[in-house]
Amino acid sequence: MMLNQLIKAKDQDKKDTRSGFGDGLLELARQDEDVVGLTADLAGSLRMEKFAAEFPERFFNCGVAEANMIGVAAGLATGGKLPFTGTFANFSTGRVYDQIRQSIAYSEKNVKVCASHAGLTLGEDGATHQNLEDIGMMRMLPNFTVIVPCDYNQTKAATLAVAEHHGPVYLRFGRPKWPIFTEAGQPFEIGKAQPLSEGSDVSLFACGHMVWQAIQAAKQLEEEGISVDLINIHTIKPLDEEAILDSVSKTGCAVTAEEHQLNGGLGDAVAQVLAKQHPAPMSFVGVNDKFGESGTPIPLLNKYGLGVEDIIRAVKHAIDKK
Amino acid sequence: MADIKELQRIASQVRRDIIRQTHMAGSGHPGGSLGCADFLTALYFEIMDHHTDFNMEGKGEDLFFLSNGHISPLWYSVLARSGYFPLEELRTFRKINSRLQGHPATEEGLPGIRVASGSLGQGLSVAIGAALSKRLNQDDKHVFALTGDGEIQEGQIWEAAMFAAHHKVDNLIATVDWNGQQIDGPNEEVMSLGDLPAKWAAFGWDVLMMNGNDMADVIAKLQEAKRHSGKGKPIVILMRTVMGYGVDFMEGDHNWHGSPPNDEQTERALSQLEETLGDY
Repeated sequence: MMLNQLIKAKDQDKKDTRSGFGDGLLELARQDEDVVGLTADLAGSLRMEKFAAEFPERFFNCGVAEANMIGVAAGLATGGKLPFTGTFANFSTGRVYDQIRQSIAYSEKNVKVCASHAGLTLGEDGATHQNLEDIGMMRMLPNFTVIVPCDYNQTKAATLAVAEHHGPVYLRFGRPKWPIFTEAGQPFEIGKAQPLSEGSDVSLFACGHMVWQAIQAAKQLEEEGISVDLINIHTIKPLDEEAILDSVSKTGCAVTAEEHQLNGGLGDAVAQVLAKQHPAPMSFVGVNDKFGESGTPIPLLNKYGLGVEDIIRAVKHAIDKK
Repeated sequence: MADIKELQRIASQVRRDIIRQTHMAGSGHPGGSLGCADFLTALYFEIMDHHTDFNMEGKGEDLFFLSNGHISPLWYSVLARSGYFPLEELRTFRKINSRLQGHPATEEGLPGIRVASGSLGQGLSVAIGAALSKRLNQDDKHVFALTGDGEIQEGQIWEAAMFAAHHKVDNLIATVDWNGQQIDGPNEEVMSLGDLPAKWAAFGWDVLMMNGNDMADVIAKLQEAKRHSGKGKPIVILMRTVMGYGVDFMEGDHNWHGSPPNDEQTERALSQLEETLGDY
């Protein structure tokens, strides 16, 4: 796809990725009576109300008690059900890390841990809720698949796809309305990176909301004569190493962009692949060992080094190091 | 009618297995294991309708979840003697390349284990989920769960307690091993549990009391608990046991929570426990 086609999205619909989850889940629930939903008093925020209204016997509000929710989901999976838990990223990971580790990951339970309000773009609620460590925590757990889709359509497609995958999944999405630039009804292949725009000077790997930021950066760079190989790494684990290596073999340098701490996330994952198999100059866009704060999404991204200009600078820096 | 004497004979052999496993491994948790031996023997040899040709989902059978996973030598003995896996495998307890991990796990595929446990406070929630899946599947069998008493100091237990009452999980029979001891000492010194029957009742549970080291009472109360099921309330049995029951020098002593017997202690312990079914 051409950058111009992607960028048109600016004038197109915006929708929150969490609605992609809610709509996908409802579709799944209508198709498969083994699908069960759980929330910890956030059915509305996770866009799970329609599921709850249509299938009350298969929807369990756990109250403000996430640890128990994770355990109940593990038990439902043991009995052959397909549970989707929905709460904020903060309460889906760090708060219940040991429950997930023992009852889901180590026990190989087919539970989909679905997390909204990840990252800085949650906005005004501030750093208590702006989880920026979740990708790292979840990709460290053996048996877990970690998926970070980029827009409404892709979040819906990913929600449908994880139901077909047997095993624990962490599906991470967000709160704000965000441009839709991928196709409705797209196929979603877990572990298969999505090339967005072909280029030859630099590989730009992004996930989640940062894919949109990366598209805008790539467009501006193109106008300056820098050709960007832009790839959406929607699956952090298992990582599409082949796509990463093919791209960097061609461009000779790499930049990662993620709404996450620089420690532990997409950047680390890509760096590990390159260090082992194809050492190349790299730059990293992410939050540099800080907590966030209250604000609105774009000013927050700009303040914490995740703005479009930050990506452009990182790209030039990586190219300079070649 | 349950043959109480026969169940007691099985429990005696199970206790020997616990002593021998922990002795051979040089580690493990004999105290709580010995205390709960009558209960688990009753469940697997009399109360539960279960299949030794193990399948994870367990549709159409009663299920058991061990939340206080450290009493694994007890569970392994009962599973092996029920026919889930060869008795000889008890020799591998806590050794490298074994399916009998220090705390129960599913990864090695040991038949009878449905979830890992050992990090405390989690198993009751998992049992509730399994009970809900039975309800959704119109499966009228029961789900049993066991927790320790120190374990219920974990907040997740009370989250689970609230949930089970709210969602009327009435095919669940939870048991608390109320031996009054935990690793650092008596509950009352470490963290008082307060009025446990009143607490569980206040959370909306049907509460039964049981002497967990009296086989006749164990059978009677478990049967009573099954009769109480299906009435809109989860059921909890507060089971009084003696830590280390059956071995005089271990009884009531929290130091046997997580320490194995040495050679001499093993000999003394085994001399107090009749070999009824043959050692492995």
